[in-house]
Amino acid sequence: MIKLESTWLDLRNIDDLATQKTFIHSLNSCTKLITTLVFVVLVTSFSKYEVTSLLPLLFYPVALMALGNLPYKPIVKRLILITPFIVFIGLFNPVFDQTPIAKLGPFLITGGWLSFLSITIKLLLTVTSALILVATTGMNSICTALSQIGVPKPIVIQILFMYRYLHVLLEEFLKTNQAYNLRSFKANGIHFKAWGSLLGQLLLRTMDRAQRIYQAMLCRGFDGKVPLRSAASWTKKDHLYLLFCLSFFLFCRFINIPQILGTLLTGGFQ
Amino acid sequence: MSHHTIDLTNVLYTYPDGTTALRNLSLHIGHGEAIAIVGSNGSGKTTLLSHLNGVLFPTAGEVNIGGYPVVKETLAYIRRTVGMVFQNPDDQLFMPTVYDDVAFGPLNLGYPPLEVEKRVTSALKTVGAYALKDRPPYRLSGGQKRAVAIATVLAMDPAILVMDEPTAALDPLARRQLITLLHTFSHTKIIATHDLDMVLDLCKRTIVLHNGTILADGPTLEIFRDRCILEQAGLEQPFSMQSCPICSKI
Repeated sequence: MIKLESTWLDLRNIDDLATQKTFIHSLNSCTKLITTLVFVVLVTSFSKYEVTSLLPLLFYPVALMALGNLPYKPIVKRLILITPFIVFIGLFNPVFDQTPIAKLGPFLITGGWLSFLSITIKLLLTVTSALILVATTGMNSICTALSQIGVPKPIVIQILFMYRYLHVLLEEFLKTNQAYNLRSFKANGIHFKAWGSLLGQLLLRTMDRAQRIYQAMLCRGFDGKVPLRSAASWTKKDHLYLLFCLSFFLFCRFINIPQILGTLLTGGFQ
Repeated sequence: MSHHTIDLTNVLYTYPDGTTALRNLSLHIGHGEAIAIVGSNGSGKTTLLSHLNGVLFPTAGEVNIGGYPVVKETLAYIRRTVGMVFQNPDDQLFMPTVYDDVAFGPLNLGYPPLEVEKRVTSALKTVGAYALKDRPPYRLSGGQKRAVAIATVLAMDPAILVMDEPTAALDPLARRQLITLLHTFSHTKIIATHDLDMVLDLCKRTIVLHNGTILADGPTLEIFRDRCILEQAGLEQPFSMQSCPICSKI
C-alpha cells in the first residue's frame, strides 16, 4: 500500500512543479491548454501505420521539459505506470494484422507491429504532453482556462471538486487501510471478504461528506454558481508561442521530416 | 445594527432514521452574548447548531433569528446573519486555493470585486493566515485549516458566529491563538465544545445539553461548580477548576 501513498505524493509533486517561474510557466494557461489540445489531436490524426513522421514531434515534450525546468524522473515514473495500458491496447495488433509492409534483412515487418509501435508512440506523446501541461500550469489554472475556452462550467466545477477531494478521499482510504492492516495480521493486502464492507464504508462516508460540503456551501450563499477567477490576459509572448508551436505541429503533420532527411543522406535527390 | 437575538421555542427534531435529537428545547440568546453549548457525545449539540442557520429545520417548534423565523423564504437573510464554522474544516474549504475559498461567500453575496478583495484580505489578516492565501487547502496543517475556515466566515461579516468544536484536533499553541482570536470578536458567539477550559476563558454563559434537552443554563462558573449537573451530563470539571494532583490545592 506504500505504493498508493507514493503515487499520491507524486501527484502532489507534479502539481507543485507548477509553482515554478520559467518562461513556460509564465505563459497564459489558455495558450498552454490550446497548444496541448492541438498537439493531442494532431498526434492522434496520423494514420495507423505511421511511425517515422511521429518522431519529430518528440521534440515538443522534450523542449517543454527543458524550458519548464521539469525533472524527468516523476514524469517517466508516471509513464511507466501507464505502460501496461498502452501495451494492452495494442497487444493483439501484431497477431491479427499480418499485412506485410517491409522486409528488414531476414525479418518481415507486418502492419500489426507497425501499428503497435505507432499506438505506443502516440500514447506516450499524448500522455507526456498532458502531464507537462499539469506540471507547468497546475490543475486550478487549467480549469480556469477550460472555462475560458468555453467548456461548460458544471464540468469545470466537477473537475475542480474532484481534484480537491481526491486528496481527502485518498487520505481517508489510506487511513482505513492502515486500520485494517493493524488488526488483520496478514501481510497480503486486504482479504476479498473485507473489500465489500471497506469500500461500502468509504462510499457512505463520501456521501456524508458530500452532504456536509453542500451544506457548507449553502451557508455561504451558494446559489448554483461557483465564482472562478479569470486567467491573466494574453500577451505578445503568448501569441508568438502559439504561432510557433502550431506551425511546428502542422509542419510535422504534413511533411515527413525523417523521410526527407533519409533521402538527403542516401542521396535520393541526385 | 439591529439586535441579533436568537429564540428557540419548543424545538423538536427527529432525524429521518427516527432518532430524536432535540426534545422540546426552548432558549433565548441575547445580542452580543458568548454562549457555550456543552454536553456528552450525541447530546444534540451539532443538531442544535444546525438549526441556527437553516441547515436543518425543526420537526416541530420555531427558530427565530433577529426576529425572523428560520424558514425557506428567510434563508438568504439568516445565512448572511449567522456564520457557521463546521466541525471539520475539510468540509468547509472546497475551493482550489485559500483566497478563492474566503472569496466564495462575499462573491455570492454579490459584492463588487474590490470590496471582495478588501474583505478577503482583512479576514485572512485577522486570523493570521494572509501568507497562505495562494495555497491549496490540502496543503495546510490542522490549525491553519481551522484559521482559514474561520476567515471564510468572517469575510461575510456575520452578526452571529456559530462554531462547532473549534479547538478539536488543535495543538496547544494553535488552541491558545484561536482563543485569543475569539476574544477579539464582538459578535454574538455560540460555541459547541468539549473544551471546558476554553469555555471558562471565553463564555460567560453555558448551556448544558443532555439527551436533546437543556439540563442547565446559567453563568459558566456556577454551572461548572455544580459537579452533580456535570456528572449527569457526562462531563467533568475543567482542569483549571480541579485540584492539583500533586499538592491537592486548587
